[in-house]
Amino acid sequence: MRVLIMAKEGNQSEAATPPTPEAMAEYQKFNEDLVKAGVVLEAGRLTPSSQSKRVRFDGKKRTVIDGPFTETKELVAGYWLWQVRSIDEAIEWLKRSPYDGGTFEVREVVEFEGM
Amino acid sequence: MRSSSSRACEGALAIGPRKEDAGAGPGRRDLAATEAHRAIEAIWRIESARLIAGLARVVGDIGTAEELAQDALVAALEQWPAEGVPERPGAWLMGTAKHRAIDLIRRRKTLERKHEEMGRDVERVQEGLDLDTAIEEEVGDDLLGLIFTACHPVLSKDARVALTLRVLGGLTTEEIARAFLVPVSTIAQRIVRAKRTLAEAHVRFEVPDGAERVARLASVLEVIYLIFNEGYSATAGQDWVRPALCEEALRQGRVLAELAPTEPEVHGVVALMEIQASRLAARVGPSGEPVLLLDQDRARWDRLLIRRGLAALERAERLGGALGPYALQAAIAACHARATTAAETDWPRIVALYDAVAQLAPSPVVELNRAVAVGMAFGPAAGLDLVDALVAEPSLKSYHLLPAVRGDLLRKLGRPEEARAEFERAASLTENVRERELLQKRAVECAAERMAR
Repeated sequence: MRVLIMAKEGNQSEAATPPTPEAMAEYQKFNEDLVKAGVVLEAGRLTPSSQSKRVRFDGKKRTVIDGPFTETKELVAGYWLWQVRSIDEAIEWLKRSPYDGGTFEVREVVEFEGM
Repeated sequence: MRSSSSRACEGALAIGPRKEDAGAGPGRRDLAATEAHRAIEAIWRIESARLIAGLARVVGDIGTAEELAQDALVAALEQWPAEGVPERPGAWLMGTAKHRAIDLIRRRKTLERKHEEMGRDVERVQEGLDLDTAIEEEVGDDLLGLIFTACHPVLSKDARVALTLRVLGGLTTEEIARAFLVPVSTIAQRIVRAKRTLAEAHVRFEVPDGAERVARLASVLEVIYLIFNEGYSATAGQDWVRPALCEEALRQGRVLAELAPTEPEVHGVVALMEIQASRLAARVGPSGEPVLLLDQDRARWDRLLIRRGLAALERAERLGGALGPYALQAAIAACHARATTAAETDWPRIVALYDAVAQLAPSPVVELNRAVAVGMAFGPAAGLDLVDALVAEPSLKSYHLLPAVRGDLLRKLGRPEEARAEFERAASLTENVRERELLQKRAVECAAERMAR
């Protein structure tokens, strides 16, 4: 199954403080382990919400809203798309990640629609 | 919704009954135990191959290594529900298994005495125990050794497939049996016999090099692609595809590509599987019937997998040299992937690529595929000439796709009566229920076309 991991890092995505080299190295090591295990399909970091936009739909009406957005705890700062054999496997991998803050949301991707 | 058998590889790992509270609902303790069991299952999936690989290096054979790993798993099942999952579960399992390995080797030594080698084994294991971290770092070569050993040419294809799914995929015997629609006892016997064969042939646990590496790698790639293909077009049974087998083969291919990044054919086979897997959703119709490549809704192709496949193909090409058979087949698959509509397919290029495949690995099946491409590029008559030359081929005597292709070309040439007979013959030869229905439908259509003349 595929799972989408959304990294919700709270204020971190807004703060422009780059991670320390040590933290970066640990993160890279973790990501490498995931790639070596054939888990990572895709990964990406997102720019801060101050640089993003929202489009709200209301019937025929479309409203474009400029960032930054205030619900900082819910803002997604990065994502992974993983291929795993169960949600539990995703959780086990996630537990091994070097992060010391933030929340990671794990969602299964619906596949083979119509089957 | 997926059918039950397509979930074969994803089902619960049968590592012992879960302790569900039969009485007044689960208490906190039982909940914790259930959670621990689920964690153990997932951890086993992540760690088992590395564990078996690391152990096989110290004890020298896969059979013993797997037993030791299973012992460690049993220990985890006994201790973790009560004590909690350790912070580094992989290291815990390895430590536990290695202690048992030392006991085992000591017992063997006492029994046999005569082998000095055993002493060295104990030293090696003890050294390994002190170097837990080092072992975790250098697990790559062990894993590669495990893949090469499980896919050793001394084993039959079936045995290689079963052993690979067991020791590298972490699948249980029951799951493998379900995936291949054979009795559990068949798979169990296959695995036992495979381990015995490896032991009797004194197959060394190692990563081969030189000319041997080339031959052994071919065997590894064959096994991975066999597993993929069994999922991609199930040879028997009710389901046309069993995606879980494809996923498992793809996972192993991706792992192998990281372990052996300089082997172009590894990237070739990964590219081929990624691109073929991109069509999984599109090649099954609403009621489970097969939809053939040119009839597929290309909007349903998985762009992510196509992109990954094209990237893997590029990696194979960048490594230089002439493309191998897998990379060539991936290049053919890429021609389809790049065409936005079936009509835009670059058939002359596909013919040229099949020419190259036929030179490298000539086979009647390749010739048949080439004939299909020729039929598309240069007209059905040209294709039929090539197919007719294959009719007498003994190895294709019961290959259902030969009459299926012939029927298709005859139909395009306005010869529905002959086409109908070919489709009927093809239907009688396939063991896949869904495919048979599709071929029978074609036969009926041809009969109708004949009536309409």
